[in-house]
Amino acid sequence: MFELLGIPPQALFGQLLLGLINGSFYALLSLGLAVIFGLLNIINFSHGAQYMMGAFVAWMLMTYAGINYWWALLIVPIVVGATGVIIERVMIARLYHLDHLYGLLLTFGLALIIQGLFRNQYGVSGLPYSIPTELSGGTNLGFMFLPNYRAWVVVASAVVCFGTWFAIEKTKLGAYLRAATENPTLVGAFGINVPRMITLTYGFGVALAALAGVLAAPIYSVNPNMGADLIIVVFAVVVIGGMGSILGAILTGFGLGIVEGLTRVFYPEASSVVIFVIMALVLLVKPAGLFGRTA
Amino acid sequence: MTTQSQTGLVETAAAAPTVGTPRHHIIIFFTLLVLLLLAPFVLYPVFVMKVLCFALFASALNLLLGFGGLLSFGHAAFFGSASYVAAHAAKVWGLNPEIAILLGVGAAALLGLGIGVLAIRRQGIYFAMVTLAFAQMVYFIAVQAPFTGGEDGIQAVPRGKLFGLIDLSSDLTLYFVVLAIVVAALLGIYRIIHSPFGQVLKAIRDNEPRSISLGYKVDRYKLAVFVMSATLAGLAGATKAIVFQLSSLTDVYWSMSGEVVLMTLLGGMGTVFGPLVGAAVIVTMESYLAGFGAWVTVIQGVIFVASVMLFREGIVGVIAKWLKKPL
Repeated sequence: MFELLGIPPQALFGQLLLGLINGSFYALLSLGLAVIFGLLNIINFSHGAQYMMGAFVAWMLMTYAGINYWWALLIVPIVVGATGVIIERVMIARLYHLDHLYGLLLTFGLALIIQGLFRNQYGVSGLPYSIPTELSGGTNLGFMFLPNYRAWVVVASAVVCFGTWFAIEKTKLGAYLRAATENPTLVGAFGINVPRMITLTYGFGVALAALAGVLAAPIYSVNPNMGADLIIVVFAVVVIGGMGSILGAILTGFGLGIVEGLTRVFYPEASSVVIFVIMALVLLVKPAGLFGRTA
Repeated sequence: MTTQSQTGLVETAAAAPTVGTPRHHIIIFFTLLVLLLLAPFVLYPVFVMKVLCFALFASALNLLLGFGGLLSFGHAAFFGSASYVAAHAAKVWGLNPEIAILLGVGAAALLGLGIGVLAIRRQGIYFAMVTLAFAQMVYFIAVQAPFTGGEDGIQAVPRGKLFGLIDLSSDLTLYFVVLAIVVAALLGIYRIIHSPFGQVLKAIRDNEPRSISLGYKVDRYKLAVFVMSATLAGLAGATKAIVFQLSSLTDVYWSMSGEVVLMTLLGGMGTVFGPLVGAAVIVTMESYLAGFGAWVTVIQGVIFVASVMLFREGIVGVIAKWLKKPL
């Protein structure tokens, strides 16, 4: 077998795949954050907790009701998204006239509540969620072994990301959304129910997080802390990409996942901090973020 | 974007500029001081020292958040790194506690300078995310670095002898040293807030474009207050390491950053005495609920939500409104 810079190709491609998987989650989560931020102007700190909820609801459906993975993919985002809609109506909607930092503080508090409740109920050890039979096993590509489920995660999140981008940039509904991002008052004057649109947008962003949670459930063990550390990395991803563009959030997510994977191959000690180092560099060179618009 | 930052993060600080120190502040300070001098004879000294350390930590954050208008969600980085450096200096290098604390404070100040230079390049929500992300980076480094002791932390840190003379192994002796440190630091913060520098900070918080047009170098002020706040948070962390003879990953974790934000929010952002009240309430709550595991997290979350939804002025802010006096 050939070697590249002293790294066996199995290790290289294995880490690249792992990076791509992580990148899929970064992309899905930062996409949800960007969609929410675009219209609501708040950073949804409970995004990580809602991702964790997605994984847990999928696990509960499987354990208590015997509902399989494929139905979970459909049901979980709707259920968790609905909790998001309630949260927006009951709490977040009352904060729009205030400084946006209050939205951050509120959603941070919600994240603590959600995580604490799940930790009380299920402990921190993690619960297993098996890979659906249709996607178990893997394919030998010659240079590496590709587990089918992982390939599915990358493809599925790429499709969802592309679909969201298409819906926002190319459809009429998306046009309303973009218009409301620019000037909600004017859009409201045209007879469009902006508050309802804001509510549904939040619900949609939360549903994206929950969907990411379902996708993650068979890969990582389902545990109450799974979203907490991840979301901070996603914040760094969002700072690097800038939240101005949907496509930017997606590309930055996938790109940074790959960079992280490569770092794990060549300099493993730095793999957990590489994204933060990149964030520091981006702040120095282009403070608004790679795809961000200057404020 | 810039217009959004002026919508008044702190609604309570409608303090009329007074000449000299308001008399009721002096009265409150002296009452507090007397109570604190008596406290160790009534309460468990280590508990009161914990309250004091967190009161200082929250006041440091409040200097940045309440008066500078900058929400740092990564103050655990300064608290924790100072705690590690002080613990290492006292245990491995065998230095006197005052030198160990000073080294910790210095480390926090340097880290504050490094993170501050980068973080002040973004505003508002982004500032919070950037500080949080850098703090997480410090956490990851603390997990990996050899001298932090990983999951175990640095344990059994000797309290040593102050100036090589005063033995600090007695809780009561240590208490008065900690009280002196914290009171001095709090008076320092009070002085900063009421100095011309503090007035400029408030002007920047309330209306940044206007401050720029008046000729103030806004970024320098922001960086200065960020470094001051980081330094004081470091003082709290280093002192805590000596008191508890322990420095661990909890000190640098994001939950610590969230906790100190909670103390400030609950007590009252932009008030002088709010962070002290917030710290006392939260530390007391945690020590009573210590046996209930994750319920502490749930209750913290509930307090967060309640503070944001119901009383954004915080406890002291509400009282100040009743009394119609800035506290």
